[in-house]
Amino acid sequence: MSTYTPIEDTGVGKKSSGPVQWLDERLGLAGLAKKNLRKVFPDHWSFMLGEIALWSFVVLLLTGTFLTFWFQPSMAETTYQGVYAPFRGLEMSHAFASTLNISFDIRGGLLMRQIHHWSAALFMAAIIVHMLRVFFTGAFRKPREINWLIGIGLFSLGMIEGFAGYSLPDDLLSGTGLRFVDGLIRSIPIVGSYIEFFVFGGEFPGDIIIPRLYMAHILLIPALLLGLIGAHMLLLVYHKHTQWPGPGRTERNVVGYPMLPVYAAKAGGFFFVVFGFTALMGAFIQINPVWLYGPYNPSEVTAGSQPDWYMGWVEGAVRIMPNWENTIFGWTFSWNVFVPAVLLMGLLFTVLALWPFVERWITGDDRDHHLLDRPRNMPVRTALGVAGMTFYSINWIAGGNDIIALKLHMDIFVITWACRILVFVAPVVAFIVTKRICIGLQHGDKERILHGFETGVIERTADGNYSERHAPLDSVRQYELTTHDRLPVLEAPAETDDNGVRNPEGRKARLHAKARDFFYSGAVDKPTALDVEEAHRHADHTGHELPQGNEFKGNEFKGVSEAGIPKEH
Amino acid sequence: MNDRHEIERVEPIENPGLPEHLPRPTDVDPKQERRAELQVSGMFGLAGLLALAFCVFYFMIDLDQTFLNWSALNVALGATLGFSLLLIGAGAIQWAKKLMGDQEIIEMRHPAASSTQDREETLEALNAGIDESGFARRPLIRNSLLGAMGLLGLPAVVLLRDLGPLPHSMYETVWKKGMRVVNDVSGTPIKPSDLEVGQLVNAEPGILFETDADGERVLHGTEALQAKAKAAVIVVRMRPDDITPAKGRENWGIDGIVCYSKICTHVGCPISLWEQQTHHLLCPCHQSTFDLGDAGKVIFGPANRPLPQLQLGLDGEGYLIAMDDFQEVVGPSFPELKRGPKS
Repeated sequence: MSTYTPIEDTGVGKKSSGPVQWLDERLGLAGLAKKNLRKVFPDHWSFMLGEIALWSFVVLLLTGTFLTFWFQPSMAETTYQGVYAPFRGLEMSHAFASTLNISFDIRGGLLMRQIHHWSAALFMAAIIVHMLRVFFTGAFRKPREINWLIGIGLFSLGMIEGFAGYSLPDDLLSGTGLRFVDGLIRSIPIVGSYIEFFVFGGEFPGDIIIPRLYMAHILLIPALLLGLIGAHMLLLVYHKHTQWPGPGRTERNVVGYPMLPVYAAKAGGFFFVVFGFTALMGAFIQINPVWLYGPYNPSEVTAGSQPDWYMGWVEGAVRIMPNWENTIFGWTFSWNVFVPAVLLMGLLFTVLALWPFVERWITGDDRDHHLLDRPRNMPVRTALGVAGMTFYSINWIAGGNDIIALKLHMDIFVITWACRILVFVAPVVAFIVTKRICIGLQHGDKERILHGFETGVIERTADGNYSERHAPLDSVRQYELTTHDRLPVLEAPAETDDNGVRNPEGRKARLHAKARDFFYSGAVDKPTALDVEEAHRHADHTGHELPQGNEFKGNEFKGVSEAGIPKEH
Repeated sequence: MNDRHEIERVEPIENPGLPEHLPRPTDVDPKQERRAELQVSGMFGLAGLLALAFCVFYFMIDLDQTFLNWSALNVALGATLGFSLLLIGAGAIQWAKKLMGDQEIIEMRHPAASSTQDREETLEALNAGIDESGFARRPLIRNSLLGAMGLLGLPAVVLLRDLGPLPHSMYETVWKKGMRVVNDVSGTPIKPSDLEVGQLVNAEPGILFETDADGERVLHGTEALQAKAKAAVIVVRMRPDDITPAKGRENWGIDGIVCYSKICTHVGCPISLWEQQTHHLLCPCHQSTFDLGDAGKVIFGPANRPLPQLQLGLDGEGYLIAMDDFQEVVGPSFPELKRGPKS
C-alpha cells in the first residue's frame, strides 16, 4: 500500500496508462484527483434531498434541450393545421401551435414535455425540503453562511425560472398567469406602469413577452442557476459535508464512505432513479394538458385556474389580502396586489437570507460547526421554522380556496376569512406547540440518560409493589443524546460599571440579552456526570434500575436481526 | 468556585469512538454474495432490454393509438424509459450497498480560513501591487477612472429605453359611440329581445369582427388581443326593479339590460362566474365579487374599484350599441390612475 506502484502495473493502469499519462502531462490533475477520488461523504437519508434538486436540474436541462428543437417562441398568428382535430383551422400563436406539435406530432415529445414539467415541480420541492433540512439542523452556521445565501439565490431563481417556463406555451392558463403578472407589475408604486410597458413591450399582451421569457428561460436564468449550483457544490466540497453527531464523529473529522466507489455508485445511481421516477410520472400522470385549455384569449378564463404549486402561496396571499388601495399625492397605490405579491416574496427571501446572521448575533457563537443540531435541541429555532412553514402553508391553502369550496361544499367567503385570520394566528400556535414538543423531547432524552430506558419488564417486590425495570442505554446511544452544546450561562448585562457609571452600551446589551433569553427560553440542558451519578445512587436505593457496570449491560434485551447483525432493543 | 463550575459541566459520557465494523451477510456468505451479484447484473440486464423495447415501441406504435384513453406511445415510451433508468439506478445502489467496501473512512477537516502566513503574504502582495500601480498616490487617475466607469453604467441603462413605449392608452378602449355590442363567439349583434331575465352574454365590441373590403379583419393578431384584453364586456338582463343604478346612470341600461367591463379591476382576469339569483359576478382568479344590481360595486375579495359600466343604447335596427367609451379606467389599477391621460 505504502510503496508506489507504477500505473501500468495496476489493474486499471494496464489499459488506461496511456491516456491517463497523456492527460496528466497536460492538465496535471493527479494532485486534485488524489484528494478527491476518495473524498469522504457522511451517510444519512436527509443528505439526499439536495441531490434530488441537483439531478432534477440535470433532467430539466436534458428534456428542455429536446423541447427547444421544435418549440417556436413567437406570438405571431398562425392558423393551426396539425393533427389535433378540435383546433384545426383555429388562429393561435406559433408558440401554442408548436407546443401542440410537440405534444401530438413528435414521437416522445409529449413524454419529454411531461417529464420536463414534472421535474420542474420536483426541483422546487426538493430545493425547499433541502432548505428546511439545512435550517432545522443548523447546517447554515459558520462556515456555511455563504452557501446558504447561494441556496436562497437558487430558490428564488428557481421560482422565476419555473414561472417563465409555464408561461411559454401561450395557452389559456399560461396567458392568465401572464395577465396576473401584468397586474402585479402595474402595482409597483410610482413606476409600475413604466415597468409594465417595458417588460411587455407595450400594452398587455403585446407580441414580445414570450420571446423575452424564452430567452430568460433557456439562457439567462439557467446560466445563473448553473453558475450558482457550481459554486454551491464547490463550497460543499471545500467545507466537507456536515455530519450527525455520533461515536467517533467530531467537529474536526468527517466519517463516511469514500466518493469512489461508494458515492460514485450511490449518487450516480441516484441520478438514474430521479430521472426514472420523473419519466414514469411523465408516462402515467398527466400534467399541463394545454390542448384542453386552448389558445390564449384575453377575454376567457377557466374556473379553478391555478399556478404551479410553488407559486401557490403567493396566489393565496393575493386572494386573502383585503382590497386596500389608496391615492396619495395623485399616485395610486395598489396595496391589495403589491403587498402580497411583490413585498411578501421579497420579505420571505430577505428573512431567509438574514437568519444565519441574526442567529449568530443572538448566540454570539463564532465557532465552526460541522456537527448537526437535532431540531429538538434548538427549541426556539425549530419553533420559528415551523411557524414560518405554517404561514407559508396557510397562504398555500388559501391559493386553492375555490377548489376547497367546490370539493367540500363550503362558502368561499368563509374559507377566505378563515385563512385571513389563520395566517396570523396559526403561526403563533405552531410556534408554541412546536416549542413545547421540543422541550418535551429534551426532557425525555434527559430522562433516558439519567434512568435508562423502560424495558417493559414489570417486577413485583416481596411486599407487593409493582415497578418497571429500567435498563441503561448503551454507550453509543447515550453519547448520541449528549453530544450537543450545553446551554450558555445567561447573565443580565451590567446596567452600571463598578463606579456606578451607566453602561453606554446598555440599550444594545439589553436588547441582546433579551434576544438571548428568548432564544434559549425553556430549553433543557443535558445532564452532567454528577447528575448521572446522583440518579444512579438514587436508583440503587429504590431498586428500580438494573445494576450498572460490567455484570449487566441490558443484554437480555438484545436481539439479532435477520441478517445476523446484533441489534439493540 | 471556577473548579466546581467545571466539574458540574463534565459530560456524562466520553466519546466511545467509532463502533466496530460489522461484516454484512454478503461479506461472509458466498451464497449471499452471489445472490447480490445476480440481482445487480439482472437489473442492469433488464434495463438494457427495456432500452431496446423503447426503440421498438418508438417505431411500432402510431401517434394516434390510445391505451386506456391515453396516448399509447406516451405510456410505452415513458414506462420503458422510466423503468430502464430506475433499474440502472437501483442496480448501482444495490451494488454499492451489498458488494462494494463498506468500511467507513475518517477524514480530518481543515479550517475554512487560510493560514496566517497565507493571509500575510496575500496582503503583502496586494499592498505591493497597489503601491506599484500608484492607485492610492495618484487620485487624479484613480478618480477619473472610477468616474468614467460609473458613467458607463448610463449607456447600459439608456440602451434599455426601447424595451417598450412609455405607458399610454390605458385610459381608453376601442368602444365608441354607436359601436355594436356583439356576441364574443359568433360576432352577431344582440337585440334586447334575445336576452331573458337572468341571462348573461359574453360580448365584445363589433370592431373585433369587422372586415375590410378584402375580407380581412380590421383588427387582428396582437392588436386584436390588446383590444380584447380591455374591451371585453358582459351583458346581463335583470328585472328592472332589482337594479339600483349609479347616480346619473339611470338611463345606461335598456329594460334591465346592463353592460359592464369583463376585466377584473384587481389584476385583470376576465370575470365570468354569474350568480343569477344574487346578481353577483365572481372572478375565478382571486374571487373578487361584484354586485351588478348595485352599480358593479365590490362586495368581497381583493378588488378595490367597481366594475366600469358601459352605457347602452339601441341603433336604428334595434341592436344594442355603446353610447360612449367607458367613463372609468378598465382593468387593474396603476400608479397614474387618478392623474388621467396626459394630453
